[in-house]
Amino acid sequence: MLVKKMIQMAILLAFFAILGGGLVAFTFQITYEQIKANERAALLQTLSSLVPRDQYDNDLFEDIHYMRNETLLGSDKPIVIYRARKQGQPVAAVLNSVAPNGYNGAINLLIGISYEGVLMGVRVVSHQETPGLSDSIDERRSDWILGFNGHSLQNLEEKDWRVKRDGGVFDQFTGATITPRAVVSAVYNTLQFFQQHRDEIFLNAN
Amino acid sequence: MQVRYIDIIREGLWINNPGLVQLLGLCPLLAVTGTLINGLGLGIATTLILIASNTTVSLIRNIVPTDIRLPVFVLVIASFVTAVEMLVKAFYYDLYLSLGIFIPLIVTNCIVIGRAEAFASKQPMDKAFLDGLMMGIGFTLALTLLGGIRELLGHGTLFIQADLMFGQTAQWMTITLFENYRGFLLAILPPGAFFGLGLLIAFKNFMDKQI
Repeated sequence: MLVKKMIQMAILLAFFAILGGGLVAFTFQITYEQIKANERAALLQTLSSLVPRDQYDNDLFEDIHYMRNETLLGSDKPIVIYRARKQGQPVAAVLNSVAPNGYNGAINLLIGISYEGVLMGVRVVSHQETPGLSDSIDERRSDWILGFNGHSLQNLEEKDWRVKRDGGVFDQFTGATITPRAVVSAVYNTLQFFQQHRDEIFLNAN
Repeated sequence: MQVRYIDIIREGLWINNPGLVQLLGLCPLLAVTGTLINGLGLGIATTLILIASNTTVSLIRNIVPTDIRLPVFVLVIASFVTAVEMLVKAFYYDLYLSLGIFIPLIVTNCIVIGRAEAFASKQPMDKAFLDGLMMGIGFTLALTLLGGIRELLGHGTLFIQADLMFGQTAQWMTITLFENYRGFLLAILPPGAFFGLGLLIAFKNFMDKQI
């Protein structure tokens, strides 16, 4: 009797698991293309806010390159580098590097660097930082992230690449120091990577 | 036992308000109510999920034996939240960018499973639907109020970042009540949420005594 009941329950539970899984799979099927298109459009908009559209004439989505450097780019996986060129000459690169030490996990960044090594802009692609407290790194929340524009390894010394509390030049937020600290050090590391590997980054146009 | 519609409405909005009386869903309640708009955003998203999960749970209440009802409810809620997240991401991408962060938080919200278990699993569909709607509105009101109070004390503004939810045209909605206000840090920090919630509950109890 008990066994029969247990089997009944198991079948019913399996039925609902399949139903729930089916609903998710079905929704995934019908939304997948649209989500991809939305993300691509949003990404293109972010990329063109880092590298103005009139400065390059190649297709950023085609001219990409993958590189891996766990210490400087913050991820053990290869990261995407979008390369902007005009008439074949390198103009700028946008690196999709990671700040691995955010308050709540990794912060995914897009960092635009001109060929000369000057920051054209930084944007946060995704993060899980506390809403309302440390999500001011998001451009839609505050102007903080724009403070990187125009800086380079040349115009700021190593000790300046920190938040103000640590003796650097970048603001922290009230109640949240860990998040901006992580972003500042990720930007600094990425600039170093760019300086060391610039020729490699722009190598072999496709 | 018959439950009257008017009782469901009063329970959700006031007597048994999920934010102020049941104190369910404290985790998102305290985490995201830094501003009025954040509170409103989480409230609306939670309301939608509550309605969907309540209605479904009520619909399947007669075919699910009590022994396995909890895992089944969890399955239903998790599938709904995931599906809603994908749908919003596909068809309302701008809204997703502002609300997206709140949607996964809803799974952690005890109100949803709480209402499924305590109400929807014993009531017909129309009442379960109404209960989801009213509990959702009650929760939204508590969140918005707490968010508003904390934003007012913390930043001296109301409706800051309204454009995240209503589009660029909504920037006019932001009201700055105190010019050059230096901010009251405690109100935006997590302890401020506890103080604010405590005061709101005290105020509600005071009102209840008066009536």
